[in-house]
Amino acid sequence: MAKTNPHVDVVLIGLGWTNSIMGMEMTDEGLSVLALERGPDQDTVPDFAYPKMADELTYGVRYQLMQRPAKNTLTVRHGVRDLAVPYRSLGSFLPGNGVGGAGTHWNGHTWRPQPQELRLKSYVEETFGADTIPEEMAIQDFGVSYDELEPHFDFFEKVAGIAGKAGNLNGEIQEGGNPFEGWRSDEYPMPPMKRTLNDTLFRDMATEQGLHPFPMPAANASEAYTNPYGMQLAPCNYCGFCERYGCLNYSKSSPQTCVLGALKQRKNFAYRANCEVMKVNLASDGKTATGVSYIDENGDEVIQPADLVIMGAYSLHNVHLLLLSGIGKPYDPISGEGVVGKNYAYQMNGGATLYFKDKEFNPFIGAGANAEVLNDFGVEQIDFGQAGFIGGSYFSAAMTNGQPIRNMPLPKGAPSWGAQWKQAVQETYGHTMTIGSHGSNMSYRDCYLDLDPTYTDDHGRPLMRMTFNWKDNDVRMTQFMKQKIDILSKALKPDDYKLSFKDFNSQYDVRPYQTTHNVGGAIMGTDPTSSVLNRYLQTWDVHNVFVMGASAFPQNIQYNPTGLVGGLTYWAAKAIREQYLPNPGPLVQA
Amino acid sequence: MTMSSELKNASRRGFIKGSLMMIPAVTVGGGVSLTAAAAEPPANLDDYQPTFFDADEWRFILAACDRLIPSDGEGPGALETNVPIFIDQQMEGKFGHAADWYMKGPFHPGVSPLFGYQSPLAPREVYRKGIAATGRYCQDNHGKGFAALDVDTQTQILTQLEKGEIEFDDVSSGQFFAFLLQNTKEGYFADPIHGGNKHMASWKFIGFPGARASYLEWVEQHNKAYPLGPVSLTGERG
Repeated sequence: MAKTNPHVDVVLIGLGWTNSIMGMEMTDEGLSVLALERGPDQDTVPDFAYPKMADELTYGVRYQLMQRPAKNTLTVRHGVRDLAVPYRSLGSFLPGNGVGGAGTHWNGHTWRPQPQELRLKSYVEETFGADTIPEEMAIQDFGVSYDELEPHFDFFEKVAGIAGKAGNLNGEIQEGGNPFEGWRSDEYPMPPMKRTLNDTLFRDMATEQGLHPFPMPAANASEAYTNPYGMQLAPCNYCGFCERYGCLNYSKSSPQTCVLGALKQRKNFAYRANCEVMKVNLASDGKTATGVSYIDENGDEVIQPADLVIMGAYSLHNVHLLLLSGIGKPYDPISGEGVVGKNYAYQMNGGATLYFKDKEFNPFIGAGANAEVLNDFGVEQIDFGQAGFIGGSYFSAAMTNGQPIRNMPLPKGAPSWGAQWKQAVQETYGHTMTIGSHGSNMSYRDCYLDLDPTYTDDHGRPLMRMTFNWKDNDVRMTQFMKQKIDILSKALKPDDYKLSFKDFNSQYDVRPYQTTHNVGGAIMGTDPTSSVLNRYLQTWDVHNVFVMGASAFPQNIQYNPTGLVGGLTYWAAKAIREQYLPNPGPLVQA
Repeated sequence: MTMSSELKNASRRGFIKGSLMMIPAVTVGGGVSLTAAAAEPPANLDDYQPTFFDADEWRFILAACDRLIPSDGEGPGALETNVPIFIDQQMEGKFGHAADWYMKGPFHPGVSPLFGYQSPLAPREVYRKGIAATGRYCQDNHGKGFAALDVDTQTQILTQLEKGEIEFDDVSSGQFFAFLLQNTKEGYFADPIHGGNKHMASWKFIGFPGARASYLEWVEQHNKAYPLGPVSLTGERG
């Protein structure tokens, strides 16, 4: 028999970036707010403290901060007629676990989208013609414009404390920044990070090539900083343990370092770790939520009544919870009807590894986001009609860590073991740099999420099933980038280099790490027949359920998602505070 | 029980070389005291009593690690760096038991390898079955166990496992080899707190400073090799 908790005004599902922000915004309104976090509680001290964090095996290889597939995972298949099998051990993507979520273990690459990426379908149709969009492609507009989001991007960058250089201040192009970015109302709150050798080599070469290099916008503090919530960041010490680690130095922007310390002071906020929400409970009419049911840290079922439910779990888990809760009609790829699970997309990346016999890169010296970047081949810079694809990419020369178990690039033809392997390791370690291509991924009719018919999680609920594969449009995009990176690699005059890009035979492979940028499935839009959420991230069907996160993206942008996720969260919070709370109901009439 | 003496015989060459190589490291490490509490000194491989592996299995692990990262040439081998101890300890931990993995059926091990691990066997079971099957193969084709074969034959058999050219009934030979190689490299490069990388010898070999984790004054010193040796999680210096 489930126990019933006292009512709260707002229940937050998950306590990563989005719901830490929502906690601040909703407590500002004087509401009582309870956050339920599936994973453990964790904070800089003691959980991310030196020296234990500097342990590649535990955190980098065995994924101590990540979701345990044993607790919850999904199944994967390539096509709608294929058998899906479980993602049994982590590889391709790494959802976070515990308070702070993936915001604790990310690198901190913090981007705004290019303005046209938010209205991609309209942009393509207007600029290149509707017949540029392949038959099976399912791209849509977000339903919110860059101009509307700009103040919220700006505020998120101030909360997170981003180090960078503006390239477009109120329409005026700035030397040293990204000249291809959307307009910014203000400079970044901190100057760019220090440059490592690979940064300067790449910058000088790109400048000679007539391109426009600039420093990566970094959620790694380049100086001491106090954010609008009074939270303090310390200057990054380039420790080399960033991605997959919690920050031991209070330097990487995370919910812990930027929001939670302030939020936990508020008397109308509470959170419970190790509490996994099973489903959102609906009233008998199915049009409003009454709260959630969760399993607490003792394994007991608890009913939590609430007036407002805000999902801020990882994007994949948001979609899973919508499906399990019966909110919105599940998407059917055959009929094309339904919306929940529709438009799952990923990220199309590639790269080059360059070997310089006589250069010392000291690859263990690095932050998550110290990198030099080019945006010359972005979505808005490419003529889709001429290039034969829709999409774009940014290039970066990054030196994020050089831990030897995972970061041991070897020359072409080097054996993977034996005496010659050992020799190759010594000759190569510390003498390589990379150029990465981080590209968009379009959405397609047969790439989607639904409930698996066979496999269950440890609560007996169906796992979610991912149907996804690479498509020719996106392979053409990455092959285009390969040609460009080949030229740039040669221009750096390495002793040797190798390229790694997907080709037309490539099938999605769950084994090698690619990126934890899983998007879509609970997409936002302008029409309830083609989206789960309206432009304020409110579900069309149940007006007191809002869904944050990259699950709202109708296709993937060319950038890392967190900057857009942060901006959208503040945009939704403003709509809840100014429009929804005074007059609860649908914010957009269907 | 004669295991420890057999172990010495199985890898005598590696230990002789290893002990010579370790002299400078031990001297340096012993000469510098640290504020952090020092851990137990690393075990001697030839005195180590494996917890998971039995005597036959242990002989295989020692011999196979010695082939995967041999002592030949510059740099330490897997035996001087206690990689077999790391692997034995991993078998008893979460990795060996697949404790974090989704291990519910039904299993479809025949699907494309692109879908990742699909075996019902935990890694420790893959090792157990893989070592036994490799032993039977060596007996049937070469008349003795793997550890007793000459180095070239051992190398050839490991290559055949890697390529899946030897097939076993109850375990994937390729998966067995993949775990063995992955764990060998992990034990070689991981912090010594996990049982391998004795005295951080692999880090000194490649120039990785381990858990120093503080380089602000070094970021802009371009194209100069970092001069300081490694430190470990327990404060050992190399």
